[in-house]
Amino acid sequence: MIEFQDVHKAFGPKRVLEGFSLKIRDGETVVVIGFSGSGKSVALKHIVGLLHPDAGDVIVDGQAVSTLDRQGLTAVRRTIGYVFQFAALFDSMTVAENVGLGLRRRGLSAEEIEDRVREALALVDLSGTDDQLPAELSGGMRKRVGIARAIALRPRYILYDEPTTGLDPVTSAVIDRLMIRTREHLGVTGVVVTHDMRSAYTVGDRIAMLYEGKIRQVGGVTEIQETEDPLVRQFIEGRPE
Amino acid sequence: MIQAIGRRAVTAVEAVGQVGHFFQDMVRALPDVRTWVGPAIVQMRRVGVDSLPVALFIAAFTGVVLALQASYTFTGAVPLYFVGTLVGKTMMLELGPVLAGLALAGRVGASMAAELGTMKVTEQVDALETLAYDPYAYLVVPRVIAGTLMFPIIVAFAMATGIVTGWLTSLALLDLSTNDFLKGLKLFYVFKDIWFGLFKSATFGFTITLVGCIVGLDTRGGAQGVGRATTHAVVYSAILILVLDAFWAVVLL
Ligand SMILES: Nc1ncnc2c1ncn2[C@@H]1O[C@H](COP(=O)(O)OP(=O)(O)O)[C@@H](O)[C@H]1O
Ligand SMILES: [Mg+2]
Repeated sequence: MIEFQDVHKAFGPKRVLEGFSLKIRDGETVVVIGFSGSGKSVALKHIVGLLHPDAGDVIVDGQAVSTLDRQGLTAVRRTIGYVFQFAALFDSMTVAENVGLGLRRRGLSAEEIEDRVREALALVDLSGTDDQLPAELSGGMRKRVGIARAIALRPRYILYDEPTTGLDPVTSAVIDRLMIRTREHLGVTGVVVTHDMRSAYTVGDRIAMLYEGKIRQVGGVTEIQETEDPLVRQFIEGRPE
Repeated sequence: MIQAIGRRAVTAVEAVGQVGHFFQDMVRALPDVRTWVGPAIVQMRRVGVDSLPVALFIAAFTGVVLALQASYTFTGAVPLYFVGTLVGKTMMLELGPVLAGLALAGRVGASMAAELGTMKVTEQVDALETLAYDPYAYLVVPRVIAGTLMFPIIVAFAMATGIVTGWLTSLALLDLSTNDFLKGLKLFYVFKDIWFGLFKSATFGFTITLVGCIVGLDTRGGAQGVGRATTHAVVYSAILILVLDAFWAVVLL
């Protein structure tokens, strides 16, 4: 289980999270929606200790992330796969090396790594791209490699930062299907940050809206679709006012 | 006014603190040999390939100019074989290390800052961390080690090149015999000339790569940020090289 407990985070005078609380139960996929710049990525980075809260904490499997030492943090990070917004693939490495990098760190044998890389690439429908460089791939393919890199680790949790942003509708649907497939195959718990409502409805069990540093509303998909909160309505319907 | 000075002072203190932290993280990453040794070899090759042609090019022309200027300055008052002395001493003690250092600040330092800066703004550094890699062990230590070890080697070649072109110039343009050139070269030579130059080069290599890494990993704000980081890396390391050069002259000569 991942739990944000009253997390506060500011960068200088800019307050981004101000009492952010949210529980992600095992097995479910929670989608966090919110305006650009509202702090969705900042929230995700707290889960893996890339950012530290000014107050409050994130609890992963009973451990407060910000209190962990390096070893403890490494142990927590090993249970989490992180899919970055622009994939964050390593430019100088091939697709297979990218997907295998985290496995090498875990001391797996060369054959095991090869198997897992092959399996992960197959799951994202990218078999045979092993020797290509990230620069040779389209945006959608890069995202899929990013997902493969996360699932190759067989994590308990996967965090997706805007997995469909900037992709055409068909490619977005492919990514959505992939997230669902990943969840079915690996039984992972997911946190998806997005402002793509179609994607949110497709992959989410619950949807939480982040607004002004806090959760404005959280609920099941139909609950959110039928919300009476004018602000949430405005966001999900994409109205300018 | 006072406020402005105060703010500057605070910024400067913060910068020093930041470098201190960076240094601490780097030292902490040192025992993680398994992580850095592979990348270090890659970086050493890269530093060598990137820098050797530039360093030799500069040294070659410096040797020519030194020989000609020496003979122009001596104008018969000083025996001409002192050309060998001047070329040798200057290449080893000063121009070999410093000119190569400045050129490589622009090449190696800038390219490291740009590379790490790009990795930072495209979240590749974050990605490394989530894959349980320590960016200091994986990115910083290999580069700094490569710089520190490779610079003296590159500069040694540069020194030799400069002395050879100085000698060729003396033969061709100055009516100086090989024997006289060598006589001058050996005249005041002490072993310290070489190790001082090479030691200095190692500190320059350390500084250039360290600054490149610090500035690179501190990059913010997209492509523009990367451009800024690159320029800063060159400017800071050029300044530091000149300061260090004076420092070693005071302390070691
Ligand atoms: N490392 C950082 N340093 C300073 N400000 C940051 C940093 N990371 C994010 N911010 C700021 O925090 C705010 C929220 O950013 P982010 O979480 O990326 O938004 P989004 O919801 O679009 O993902 C933005 O205003 C951003 O400028
Ligand atoms: Mg974001």
